[in-house]
Amino acid sequence: MTILRVFKSRPVVAAAAIAAVVAVSAPAVAHRAWMLPSATVLSGDDVWVTVDAASSNDLFYFEHHPMRLDNLAVFSPDGKQIKAENIATGRYRSTFDVKLSESGTYKMAIVNDSLFASYRVDGQVKRMRGATPEKIEKEIPKNATDVRVQEVQSRMEIFVTQGKPSDTVLKPTGRGLELTAITHPNNLVAGEKAEFRLLLDGQPAKGVEVDIIPGGIRYRDKLNDVKVKTSDDGMFSFTWPEPGMYWINAGVRDDKASYKDAQRRASYTATLEVMAP
Amino acid sequence: MRLMFSAALSAVIVVPASAAEMKVSVEIPRMTVAEYHRPYVAMWLEKAGDPKVVNLAVWYDIKLKQNEGAKWLKDMRQWWRKTGRELEMPVDGLSSPTRAPGTHEVTFDDAKLAGLAPGEYQFVIEAAREVGGRELLRIPVQWPPKPDAEGKAKGEHELGAVSVALKP
Repeated sequence: MTILRVFKSRPVVAAAAIAAVVAVSAPAVAHRAWMLPSATVLSGDDVWVTVDAASSNDLFYFEHHPMRLDNLAVFSPDGKQIKAENIATGRYRSTFDVKLSESGTYKMAIVNDSLFASYRVDGQVKRMRGATPEKIEKEIPKNATDVRVQEVQSRMEIFVTQGKPSDTVLKPTGRGLELTAITHPNNLVAGEKAEFRLLLDGQPAKGVEVDIIPGGIRYRDKLNDVKVKTSDDGMFSFTWPEPGMYWINAGVRDDKASYKDAQRRASYTATLEVMAP
Repeated sequence: MRLMFSAALSAVIVVPASAAEMKVSVEIPRMTVAEYHRPYVAMWLEKAGDPKVVNLAVWYDIKLKQNEGAKWLKDMRQWWRKTGRELEMPVDGLSSPTRAPGTHEVTFDDAKLAGLAPGEYQFVIEAAREVGGRELLRIPVQWPPKPDAEGKAKGEHELGAVSVALKP
């Protein structure tokens, strides 16, 4: 439904996108997708983290759908991709383990970069998710009408450090919406200000609204979310009020899709742990 | 490791002092709990505005096989963030086993204190106990010290009375 509404208003959005990137408010998707590591700051030689991954209303409770882990990539401190172990998907959550055999910062990312198409055939609306350009050309019938294609780039990340934090895995790829750390994501402490830069295709993403929500929603009445806007150089800062896990999310929509005439929707999500002082 | 530690010290070397001594008394409280583990304890000197610290002592489970005791070092979370995560524990002259409940006296001499730049320091002690709590105490320390300088603090749960006595 949401998607259809987006398409109907597309000419307007596309026009605006010529001037600037259009910030999309976070609740474009009804549920929040997240990964939750068992720990982010670790010591010792033979340590593991286990990670839950799900999409749900409340953070960080698995009560809706497990996260698909097909596109999970785990990077060790030297930037090499390593294997996640014990991958499993249950009714409400997926889970995997990572052995931290090196000292430094690890990154776990679920990145989706694909096309979403909708079209009408014989009066019926059809949808195609996770599509490639080839699949669209091949599988959408020639008699289809109202063909709309959207490029969806989503990136969800967590960071975990054994020993001294390192920077190799923090390098942006230059594609989609990404976070670069001025403050290391495993060096966050309540009461201190953290600074980050949001990039879109490797360039500062300005004027993008970043939604910051502390975990533990189930046991309070208010969401306690904070929205901060990135500056002209893509920067935003935030002073963590309390220790705990935080969910941060931002999204943009523009017409810079790699597929012809498609609209692009890019989002970034991270779960960050803020330690007690 | 020794290298990193020496670097931390040399950063503050200005005036060589001699026969300096710091006597620290630490009370580990006796607990009546179902599961007791001796606390991990870290002590260090820090100076406002200086990210480098002078590590004095780290008491942890150094005897566990395969250095398994290092897993809980991060529970001394300020020490871990300030300096612990930069070290490869155990470190000679720094690490030693955990201590039983009671009062313990430790003396730090020239090896640790020589070359301490004059100024206002904080003696910091942080204790973290497995399945228990964590506590941090600070005692202001001036260097070089006045004769018979002493500072005291009292913990509430993981640490008892702590005192620092200094000799120039």
